Amino acid sequence: MAWVWFHRFGSPPYFYRVARRLTPWLGWPALILGVAGLIGGLGLAPPDYQQGDGFRIIYVHAPAAWLSLMIYVVMATSAAVGLIWRMNVAHAVAASCAPIGASFTALALATGMLYGRPMWGTYWQWDPRITSELLLLFLYLGYMALRAAFDDVARADRASAVLAIVGVVDVPIIHYSVIWWNSLHQAPTVMKFGRPSMPASMLVPLLLMLAGFSLYFGALLLTRARGEVLRRERNAHWISAALEES
Amino acid sequence: MNISKFLAMGGYAVYVWPSYGLTATVVALNILWARRSLRRAQREARRRLAALKLAALP
Amino acid sequence: MNEPRVGFIAAAACLMARDLRLALRRAGDSLLPVGFFIVVTTLYPLALDPNLSSLRDIAPAALWVGALLSSLLALDLLFRDDAQDGALEQLALCGQSFAGLLVAKTAVHWLLTGLPLVLVGPLIAIALGAPYAAMAGILAALLLGTVALSLIGAVGAGLTLSLRRNGPLLALLVLPLAVPVLIFGARATALAVQGEPIAAPLYLLAAIAVLFATLSPWALAAAVRIGLE
Repeated sequence: MAWVWFHRFGSPPYFYRVARRLTPWLGWPALILGVAGLIGGLGLAPPDYQQGDGFRIIYVHAPAAWLSLMIYVVMATSAAVGLIWRMNVAHAVAASCAPIGASFTALALATGMLYGRPMWGTYWQWDPRITSELLLLFLYLGYMALRAAFDDVARADRASAVLAIVGVVDVPIIHYSVIWWNSLHQAPTVMKFGRPSMPASMLVPLLLMLAGFSLYFGALLLTRARGEVLRRERNAHWISAALEES
Repeated sequence: MNISKFLAMGGYAVYVWPSYGLTATVVALNILWARRSLRRAQREARRRLAALKLAALP
Repeated sequence: MNEPRVGFIAAAACLMARDLRLALRRAGDSLLPVGFFIVVTTLYPLALDPNLSSLRDIAPAALWVGALLSSLLALDLLFRDDAQDGALEQLALCGQSFAGLLVAKTAVHWLLTGLPLVLVGPLIAIALGAPYAAMAGILAALLLGTVALSLIGAVGAGLTLSLRRNGPLLALLVLPLAVPVLIFGARATALAVQGEPIAAPLYLLAAIAVLFATLSPWALAAAVRIGLE
C-alpha cells in the first residue's frame, strides 16, 4: 500500500498538483502554532532562574537549529531516494532543501551568538554545538556549490546526491568528534538552560515553535519543489495543463 | 504586564529583540524567495512550451 | 559486457603496477605534496617564535593542518590524467569491479603521496620540539589519518572530476568531512608529545579509517561514473 503512494508522489504531475493543494494546509497551521508559541514564550513563560528574560532567545534559536539538522536529513534522504529510484521528484525535493537549510543554519549561528554574548560573555565560543552548526553550514554551502558547478541538472542532482549521502553519514561523526574535542578542554558548556526538565510553561511554547517551524518548512519545501520539478520535466503535456491551473 | 517592561526583557533586550528580528527576516525572506523561485520556473516552463509549439508548426 | 578473462586480483595488481610505473616516471609530481607539507609546517616557527618549547604546543596543529592541506593538493594526481586520456572510462567498461579498481588506484595514490607524509611527519614533529619518544605514536596516527584522508579525498576528487578550476570547491567539500580525522589525529599527536598513552584517539582514528574504507567503494564508483559522463 505504501509503495503505491510512494510511486504516486514520484510522478511529477501528481506531485505538482498535490503539492499546490497541500501547501496552505501546512502554511496556515504553521502560522497559528508560531503565534501561539510566541505568545507563550514571550508572554506567559516566567523568566528563567539563572538567565532571566534572556533565555527567551531559545524560542527562535532552538527551532532554527532543529530545522538546520532536520533539513539536512530530509535533503540526504530524498537525494538517496532520487539516486536509487531515479526519481526526479526526489531530486527536486533535495535541491529545494539546500537554500532553506543553509539560511536556517546561518540563523542558528547568529541567534546562538546573540544568546552566547550575555550568557558566556563573548559572541563566539568554540563549544560543540555552535562549532557543529558552523561545520554544517560548510556542508550546506559545499552542497550548493557542487550543484552550481554542473551545467546539466541531472548530473548536478546525482553528484550532489552522492555528496549528501556521504555527508549525512559523516555528520554524526563530526558532531561526536567535536563534542569529544571540546570536553577535553573544559570549555564552557553549551546552552544547557539550567535543569534537565523545563517546567511546562516554558516547554510547551518551545514545542509549539518547533512544530510550527516544521510545518512552515514543509510549506516552503513544497513551493520550491514544484518549481524544481518543472525545471526537470520536458514533457509538455501535463505542464501546460498544470500551468493553466496555477 | 506593562509594555516597557516587556520591551526591556529584563535587560537582555539588545540580544532578544535582534534575535527575533533576524528570525522574522529569515522566515519572511525564505517565503519570498521560494515563491519567486516557483514563479521563475513557471515562466521558464511557459517559454519552453511556447517555443515547442512554434517549432511544431508545419 | 563480456566476462573478464582475468580475476579481479590480477586486474587490480596490473592496474596498480601501471599506476606506479607511470608515477615513478614523473617522480617529481608525487613529491610535490610532501614538499608542500614541509614548506607549510616550516612556516609555523617563522610565524611564531623559534623557541622549541612553545613550538611543541602547536606542533600537533601544524602537523595535521599541513597534512590535510597536502592531501588536498595531492588529489589532483589521482584521477585527472586518466580521465583526460580515457583510461578511466576503460576501467569502467572492462568488466571488472569498477569500485574495486578505483580503491586500488586510491591505494597506489596513498603510497605515493600519503606514505611520504607518514615518514616525514615525525621528523617535522621533532623539528617542532616534540620529544623522540613521541615519534612512534605520531607515525601511527599519521598512518591512519592519511589513509582516511586519501579515501574521503578521493570521493571529493571523483565528484569534481569534470569541473574546471575546482581546487577551492574540492577544499570546501572535503575539509568539513575530514574534520574528525583532524580532531583525533591532532589529539593523538598532542598526547604523544606529552608522553601520555594515545590508545583512545588512535582507536577512534582507526574507526574512522574503517568507516571511510567501507563507504568509499560505493561512493567512489558512483562519483567517478557521474564525473565521466
